[in-house]
Amino acid sequence: MTTLQAAAPPDSSEFVLNVNDLVVHFEAGRKRPLQAPSFVHAVDGVSFRVRRGTSFGIVGESGSGKSTTAQAIMRLVPATSGQIVFGERNILDLTGKGLREVRKHLQIVFQDPFSALNPRRRAGEQIREPLDLLGIGTPGERDERVRRLLAEVGLPPNAANLFPHQFSGGQRQRLCIARALAPEPDLIVCDEAVSALDVAIQAQILNLLKRLQRERQLTYIFISHDLGVIQQFCDEIAVMYLGKIVEQAPAATIFAEPRHPYTWSLIAAAAPPGPTREALKQHYLVKGDPPSPVDPPPGCRFAQRCPSAVDQCRKSLPLQESIGTNHYVACHRAAELLPPSFDG
Amino acid sequence: MTTIETSTPLAVESSSPPVRPSASPGRVAFRQFLRSPSGVCGACLLILIVLGTAIGPVVYPVDPLDLVGGPFTAPSADAWLGTDYLGRDVLAGLIYGGRASLAVGAVAALITIAIGLTVGALSGFFGGAIDAALVKITEFFQILPPLLFAMVLVTLFGQKLTTITLAIGAVSWTSAARLTRAEFMRLRNLDFVKASRAAGAGDAYLILRVLLPNALPPVIVSATLAIGVAILFEGGLSFLGLGDPNTMSWGLMLGQNRNYVLDAWWAVIFPGAAIFLAVLSISLVGDGVNDAINPRLRRRM
Amino acid sequence: MSTLLKVENLSVGMRGSTGVVVPVLENLSFAVEAGRTMALVGESGCGKSMTALAIMRLLPEDFVVTSGRILLEGEDILSASPKRMRSLRGNGISMIFQEPMTALNPLFTVGDQIGEVLRWHSGVGLAEAEQQAIALLRAVQIPAPEQRVKAYPHQLSGGMRQRVMIAMALAGRPKLLIADEPTTALDVTVQAQIFDLLADLQKETKTAIVLITHDLGAVAELADDISVLYAGRCIESGDADSVVSHPCHPYTRGLLDCVPQLKLGPRPPQAWSDLAEIAGMVPPLGARGPDCAFLARCREASELCRSRLQPALEPITDDHAVSCWRKSELAA
Repeated sequence: MTTLQAAAPPDSSEFVLNVNDLVVHFEAGRKRPLQAPSFVHAVDGVSFRVRRGTSFGIVGESGSGKSTTAQAIMRLVPATSGQIVFGERNILDLTGKGLREVRKHLQIVFQDPFSALNPRRRAGEQIREPLDLLGIGTPGERDERVRRLLAEVGLPPNAANLFPHQFSGGQRQRLCIARALAPEPDLIVCDEAVSALDVAIQAQILNLLKRLQRERQLTYIFISHDLGVIQQFCDEIAVMYLGKIVEQAPAATIFAEPRHPYTWSLIAAAAPPGPTREALKQHYLVKGDPPSPVDPPPGCRFAQRCPSAVDQCRKSLPLQESIGTNHYVACHRAAELLPPSFDG
Repeated sequence: MTTIETSTPLAVESSSPPVRPSASPGRVAFRQFLRSPSGVCGACLLILIVLGTAIGPVVYPVDPLDLVGGPFTAPSADAWLGTDYLGRDVLAGLIYGGRASLAVGAVAALITIAIGLTVGALSGFFGGAIDAALVKITEFFQILPPLLFAMVLVTLFGQKLTTITLAIGAVSWTSAARLTRAEFMRLRNLDFVKASRAAGAGDAYLILRVLLPNALPPVIVSATLAIGVAILFEGGLSFLGLGDPNTMSWGLMLGQNRNYVLDAWWAVIFPGAAIFLAVLSISLVGDGVNDAINPRLRRRM
Repeated sequence: MSTLLKVENLSVGMRGSTGVVVPVLENLSFAVEAGRTMALVGESGCGKSMTALAIMRLLPEDFVVTSGRILLEGEDILSASPKRMRSLRGNGISMIFQEPMTALNPLFTVGDQIGEVLRWHSGVGLAEAEQQAIALLRAVQIPAPEQRVKAYPHQLSGGMRQRVMIAMALAGRPKLLIADEPTTALDVTVQAQIFDLLADLQKETKTAIVLITHDLGAVAELADDISVLYAGRCIESGDADSVVSHPCHPYTRGLLDCVPQLKLGPRPPQAWSDLAEIAGMVPPLGARGPDCAFLARCREASELCRSRLQPALEPITDDHAVSCWRKSELAA
């Protein structure tokens, strides 16, 4: 049993998490009997590194695999192949005790605070649960930590005795954050953690997450579809499309010089109202919906919708290439296509 | 449609203390149950029946197997509800038979739920090959005609109350298993289950401590109704002559006297009415429990 | 243009378990002209969806209109007979919902479902209905409409389903379209397309739109007028540009400030600065007093505000009205 103080980081290198060629496929059943089954290519070869104490944003639309990536890191869905290295250990190889050890350092906050809390358990028990299960501290210490955590996320001490249905959406998300904080993790995955909240509450929760990051040197993997939120909140950003990272760069770079046509489309859809927005939408907003991630075609995943696609794009898969400081893009035409002008 | 918060969230400010005392989902459901008129009526009736069989012998100390008078004595001051074809007291039969019938119902329902929960939980939680195998087994039991299958079991293992109870349990667990399986499959993908897993929970903890309490409400409803079904089932078996001849039960009384219904209606009508009232009260309680549990689920949108 | 829909002093209440009627929506008034878009904006629980359902006469059980009138071209909808109401729904008013999957019947093809609306409202035959359904699918920019007309809802993506919903809503050539959070469940690039589509269709058909949304920033493009609702009361309303660029009520300002806007172009990396937040939350039903509903969360509240009742919605300019005791100070 570890004591409350023993939650020191496993090492102190620059990168806290290293995801290497992560692949997650799900079987999607067969179209006809006796035929080979189809596979959902939810995550299809994703690599990124997360710097300690920063927020790494993953942005993408439904079916992009951003949530599956998050859940694979948490070992909530089985990965098909690849490596997720946390403190020199590949999380994907761990079982039993080793896995529980890593769970002390990695936690998750989900999107929907209504389904993320057990309706039949009191709030305090739920915050205590990771401490009980991971064997952290003595029972007295655990109760004390629950009290402290409630205060830290802005809830009154007697909230511990209430059931989830007695809280509002924002308060429930505070509970979820308290539960994630309980084992004093190094890294918290926020899987669309503010998307289901009203805008006023969303700002409260984002401010809370930032404060906790400052106070506890937390690292976040912050998953969202909202570019405005991602830009404010994150230091580095990866754009995912159909199971692949298409572009990855520091926040300051990606909104100044985006290089992938899909990033342009996302930006055009999220640009603030005004003439710039109209111009961007005119030129860069793609038509249609993202295609299904079941048995995707060869070539660039975005080629079907990309206004700049050429034959090569439909035939061969572009690899991620470095085009600047920490700036990576996976596009055959990255060198020739110029980023949009944001001057209107 | 947007949510209208019908359950008052705690206070206005997140930092101010909550105004309402904590109410556990169980207590909320109980309060809701008390609001359902049919549920309360059923519960009262059931309590009367149970009390009757419990304290009956004190008020009416007659052995149900003793021949207290001539056969087919009409209800009178000596034998309040008359006697049957052998001259046994009908009221005493009702009192002691009620004990047997209710016990068979309760125990058989317990067996039903125990098997159903186990099979359904394992099937729904693990999925894959385990699920496929368990579903096949469930389906096998489901296609057997329950009454015939129970008759075969009772014939093979003897006409004893325990055998009858086990046989009823063995033929009626499939619907509970399917219900539990469906609930587990729905629940296992919810975020709070994933959150518990992320907090270090293993399979056993997830099944017993996280999923089971959430899957129980509909199973409790079906368990309540299963008691009534088991009582009817026991009645049916006894009526067909497959009851335990050494233990008085409502079904046995009905079965043994059914040929004489024109001579001594009381020996058939009273046990029949007892079964009817017991099953009715249990159904009403089951409906009440159902109503008490479901609004809470509906409110979760 | 003449006024198409006029909502006057509409109040909706919820009958609680004890029989007491709790106000959900209080004294809402607004008007929409043909070819224009009115946006009702607010957080969950502010009563915006109840307004939509009241106009459709589809309020859920336990909800009742306690006062007010809803006039569609001068005809009071609230006193219309059920038969009249059925013919109004579709021909006069139609509605699109947030979640297109649950609003479509999974057992029928989209062509059948659009065709049914057409046959019901304009009495065309089967073949003619299918042709018109294809034309409608083309109008909502669905590629290959001849094939898609035979598709079932589950075979379409979320964006396609919402387009089908719009096609269905337009099938009866309604004069008024109520769109209840039509893009909330959709991806961002699809959201932009759907807003553009609605704007294009409106230009052609001169349909009036009542757009219900929680996203004040996003409606500025599509809406001509905006009413901001808070706790069942309209606290600010007026011309869309005016409300968005010069919000006057502290709540409207808070709503706009707490959404991080995307900033484009080169900019130095910044340290995090806290987002503006509106402390606390919307008072729940039954806990709304006669004084200003926003009082407890308002950082501009003065002693004056605390001592008075909910202020009336009064104009500060020709096309902009605010319900705030300090409106003249704040507007300055």
